[in-house]
Amino acid sequence: MIYHITDNMAEAIALKDIPEVDYAALYNDLKERLQDERYHVAHYFATPDGTRLKFYMILLDDHEHKMMLSSFAMDYYEDVALPSLTALHPALHPFEREITELYNVEFDSMPWNKPLRFPFNRRNRNSTMDNYPFYTIEGETLHEVNVGPIHAGIIEPGAFRFVCNGESVLHLEIALGYQHRGAEHEFSSTTNRLRQTLLAEGIAGDSAVSHATAYSSVVEKLAHKPASEALWIERTVALELERMAMHIADTGALSMDVAYQLGQVACEALRTMTINTTQAWCGNRFGKGLIRPCGTNKPLTTEKVAMIRTNVAEIRRRYNEVVEDIKSSPSLLARFEQCGIVPKAEMQRIGGVGMAARASGVKRDIRTSHPYAAYASQIQHESIVKRHGDVMARLTMRCSEVLQSADYIEQLLATYTPTDIARPDYEVPMAAESLAFSLIEGWRGEICHVATTNAQGEIATYKIKDPSLHNWLALAIAVRGEGISDFPICNKSFNLSYCGHDL
Amino acid sequence: MGIALNTLLMIVVALSIPGVINRTRAILAGRKGLPFVQHIRNVRLLLRKGSVYSTTTTALFRIAPAVYLGAAIVAMLFMPVADLYPLISFEGDVICFAYTLALARVAIILAAMDTGSSFEGMGAAREALYGALIEPALMIGFATLAMFCGYTSFADIFAHEQSFNAQLTIVMFLIAYLFISIAFVESGRVPVDDPRTHLELTMIHEVMCLDYSGIDMGMIHIAGWLKTACFSMIAANAIAATCCFHWWFATPLAILLTGISIGVVESTQARNKLIRNTTFIVTISALAALIFFIGFLLQSDINI
Repeated sequence: MIYHITDNMAEAIALKDIPEVDYAALYNDLKERLQDERYHVAHYFATPDGTRLKFYMILLDDHEHKMMLSSFAMDYYEDVALPSLTALHPALHPFEREITELYNVEFDSMPWNKPLRFPFNRRNRNSTMDNYPFYTIEGETLHEVNVGPIHAGIIEPGAFRFVCNGESVLHLEIALGYQHRGAEHEFSSTTNRLRQTLLAEGIAGDSAVSHATAYSSVVEKLAHKPASEALWIERTVALELERMAMHIADTGALSMDVAYQLGQVACEALRTMTINTTQAWCGNRFGKGLIRPCGTNKPLTTEKVAMIRTNVAEIRRRYNEVVEDIKSSPSLLARFEQCGIVPKAEMQRIGGVGMAARASGVKRDIRTSHPYAAYASQIQHESIVKRHGDVMARLTMRCSEVLQSADYIEQLLATYTPTDIARPDYEVPMAAESLAFSLIEGWRGEICHVATTNAQGEIATYKIKDPSLHNWLALAIAVRGEGISDFPICNKSFNLSYCGHDL
Repeated sequence: MGIALNTLLMIVVALSIPGVINRTRAILAGRKGLPFVQHIRNVRLLLRKGSVYSTTTTALFRIAPAVYLGAAIVAMLFMPVADLYPLISFEGDVICFAYTLALARVAIILAAMDTGSSFEGMGAAREALYGALIEPALMIGFATLAMFCGYTSFADIFAHEQSFNAQLTIVMFLIAYLFISIAFVESGRVPVDDPRTHLELTMIHEVMCLDYSGIDMGMIHIAGWLKTACFSMIAANAIAATCCFHWWFATPLAILLTGISIGVVESTQARNKLIRNTTFIVTISALAALIFFIGFLLQSDINI
């Protein structure tokens, strides 16, 4: 047995129950296993453990709805190169790059050990963003275009280096790390759970509800205090509201980037209506303050349920009209179709997740494969999957998901009678020497939080994975061969998070 | 007197078109929108500011806005408003008009290259390509007018062609359509370019002016308005010649024709994929050639 098998609703696992195996055994098993599309790695990280460096791997089995945990260890200063899994399965690249960057662990035959995010606690302090050597291609007719890291508008910093042949892009390299704040380290440097909750909400501002839910779920698992059914329903409603708001905002942003004014203003208005609904519920438009471990400060009341149902029905109706408009407008279809294609095989290879992967035909959806919250009880979630993998597919993905989310909210709230829900508990004791993880399907894709506790039952290691970590590479692939002027709509169709990647 | 009024009306047209575009867009988007004169206030603000220059630029970069604006003003002075007479007029001034505007374009392209920025270089390349592609349309359009009435000066072309007949009406309406299309390209509007975008990688005209600020930027804006006004006035004159050849008809027509059509297109349509722009512009040239042949056939007395 090289794996401990569990699922997404299971409670924390004692560290001693996770098999510690030989790297070679794990390597040989994964080499075969990852060729099957049903498996993918949710997280793979290293953490110091006394004089040793302990590696944990969480593997997901989408068919059996199971998670498989394994670990191995090596001496902290051991100077051996591990055979690289990235060389066989490129999907693992962010994990191996992070391990190398933080702990100087060499991976043999790793194709491109590019620094991941230049964190403050990296091993090699000489490797900085300023002296990072971008990939170059020589040629008489080629030119380079550098965009960033300072963004001309309002979004976050990231450096994009294009190698172009005239108007068409041969290669795009994305260098991130400018938003690094040491979020993971902050979690383990405080024992104040309220502070940790606020940190979780700040990991990626557009996914505040998803990240806070992932954190709360981890705490509840470690405390062996599963959330009540009613609390899960309220969280599911919040998650779906967030999904609606962001998908509508992105529909508007895509319209704006192709200068389609009517789509833009209509979606901006609808997005405001959606986030105002969240605000009317919890006092914050992005749902900050709504999700708390072991309870909630903002339980739904009968009036709020009615308000949310009315608003969501109205948003659904009006959004549907906008979608019909977009789908029947030839000038828009000409921009979105056959643009920024990521084929299914490629998306599979690089380990794309979430909405972008589903738009390319890769069915990666935690809500179906590893159900949690109301998806495990009241909702029979059917993932929406598109085939083409172009900007249009990612747009129609959003259109369909908004309508689906609206239906889920209506379905959940129609039968929901507000009950007494506990207040948040920031003091609840957590199991010592344990590991807990939670996977949440945020609007972008799978969010994975993993925590291990020390002997006192406080968080020792906290690892966060935002779906952007995987999907930035999909953007780089999408723009290959496209005109450079189509980069903005390709970028907007993914709408990835900089701070979620940089942590 | 007539000449002064003519020049004044051209300025009014140039100042009004951006306002009409903004009002149209606001109404169609269901917004309150900007005040009608907001663009003038913005430019007045720019004109009162100094400029900041990048250290990599040379004198070329500083001269370009003046050349750009100067050329646009000269081009504007060729343009009659229906029955009024322009300040400058001579046999062959249509050619002079076209190449005065080409001079403006060359100046701004060189200035963009002078900054050494990769963005501006891309913008300059696009502007040069589209400028070259739209030139046949412009020249064939002028050739049609010249062939039809036997003059090569704007003032004479429109003043001497007011017989009320079906041939003339058809050709003149087609000419009006052609010059409105050219106005879309020349003034960098949707579907060719998007003046409102914040995305440097997709810009054409705006990206070339990224390094300009203050008074230079103001001059570039004014020159853009004047260019649009010239093309709009050609279209309005063509229509006025068929029904009501008076300045009080042609002036509001020029403002509304371009203002509303640009406003409506910008509200309801997405902009082209950049590589489709070439097709779009070449189609305008093809249309110009078609109009030329229609004009030729009609003039050779083919009865309809």
